[in-house]
Amino acid sequence: MSAREWLRTRLGLDALQHVVEEKRVPVHRHSLWYYWGGMTLFLFGVQVATGILLVLYYRPSAGEAYESVRFLMTQVSFGWLVRSIHSWSANLMVAAAMVHMFSAFMLKAYRQPREVTWLTGMALFALCLAFGFSGYLLPWNQLAFFATKVGTDIMADVPLVGGFLARLLRGGDQITGGTLTRFFGFHVAVLPALMTAVLGTHLFLVQWHGMSVPPGVEQEGRPAKTMKFVPNFLLRDIVGWLAALAALALLAALFPWELGLKADPYAPAPAGIKPEWYFAWMFQTLRILPSRVLGLEGEMLGIVGFGLAAVVWAAVPFLDAPDGRGTRARLWSLVGMLAIAYVILFTVLVYVGGRA
Amino acid sequence: MKRRTFLDGLIALSGTALGAFVLYPVMRYLVPPRIPEAATQRVVAAKKGELAVGGFKTFPFGAEPGILVRTADGEYRAFSAVCTHLGCTVQYRGDSRAIWCACHDGLYDLEGRNVSGPPPRPLERYDVHVVGDDVVVEKAKTA
Repeated sequence: MSAREWLRTRLGLDALQHVVEEKRVPVHRHSLWYYWGGMTLFLFGVQVATGILLVLYYRPSAGEAYESVRFLMTQVSFGWLVRSIHSWSANLMVAAAMVHMFSAFMLKAYRQPREVTWLTGMALFALCLAFGFSGYLLPWNQLAFFATKVGTDIMADVPLVGGFLARLLRGGDQITGGTLTRFFGFHVAVLPALMTAVLGTHLFLVQWHGMSVPPGVEQEGRPAKTMKFVPNFLLRDIVGWLAALAALALLAALFPWELGLKADPYAPAPAGIKPEWYFAWMFQTLRILPSRVLGLEGEMLGIVGFGLAAVVWAAVPFLDAPDGRGTRARLWSLVGMLAIAYVILFTVLVYVGGRA
Repeated sequence: MKRRTFLDGLIALSGTALGAFVLYPVMRYLVPPRIPEAATQRVVAAKKGELAVGGFKTFPFGAEPGILVRTADGEYRAFSAVCTHLGCTVQYRGDSRAIWCACHDGLYDLEGRNVSGPPPRPLERYDVHVVGDDVVVEKAKTA
């Protein structure tokens, strides 16, 4: 009996092969957007691989974290490359996840029966941001210190449970070595465990329901053209992944990720400080809100506003028209466009706007 | 009530109770204990002559940073350096003669009053005394 035959009977490979052979992807004018989920997944794979490499040298304590990253970048062969790829890939992954999310929104891929696919996607996006936020502190540099201070202070402003949340995240009242150890735990244990469960569910649902066809294409009533997932779609996916890998290598080589100055809890926040670009639109919103609006503290209003917007965004499958047509559907398309415009505009303002 | 319904309910109740028994200690474990600290009332923030006119420094005041400014007329002023907006550490800007938070462009005057940007409250002001060679900062007695 050949090894392949031996495995075939024991692992149920026939059933798997059947699923793979049967899987097809619709072909239409919006098919380009189908590639962004796979792109996000590929970049997540890069994060897992480079993250495992980084953890072999990283030391999660306030006394050693910065020094261990500096050692990694200056002494360890290709340490700078691994860290730079991890940092750049994190950014590209959030960007790919955003494209995936906004395109799914605009093409109304959340319509029934894919509501849970959308909700798990929202959870995955939140996990991506949590990975970004927790990982940012780990080098224990000045920028990371203040980003974490502001981020956890924002949590503290959440009505009712804010104080509890902030203490839970910080491991105390201040940002200390305890916070760093805790964030390390979130970054390498808690979040990956959650990610595995939610990502597994999301991918299963995508296979179970197949790709969504946008209402506009459905409406035209043409016989839907499809292509086989293996090999046709997968090979196209791989072209994108290779391009992403090349882009990562280029970015890491030309713009290695800086380490900056070691965190000093008593030093002033450095001029020009700003968060990672994917939090920039929120940062800009908090910056322009006046100290008091209608008797409420501006920051509180902003934070409650972000929370409500996130809830509405996640609930869109239950608010939009089930068939994706009519006035209600057009209204939600408009909401999507305004949200995209808001995020882009406020992000751009951070980078081109003047500072005091 | 049917025996099956009763047993289903009992199992659900037991499961919930078991979950609570596991979750409660986990949640308590996750929230760090409050360690009582002696409240800092007074620190030596700088040496006399350490700060030039128009200069400033931040210093540890208990677990939080404080800021000591030497104004253009040579007077010392001290405040909590924790921005009342989102907790960043502020700094003094000699060009605008104001205390500035780099995180969200909050501005305070040399009385600690929030004068521009998002900070909702003034900075806590401390008393400053020059004792021998030391510039001593202490919690304001009038606060």
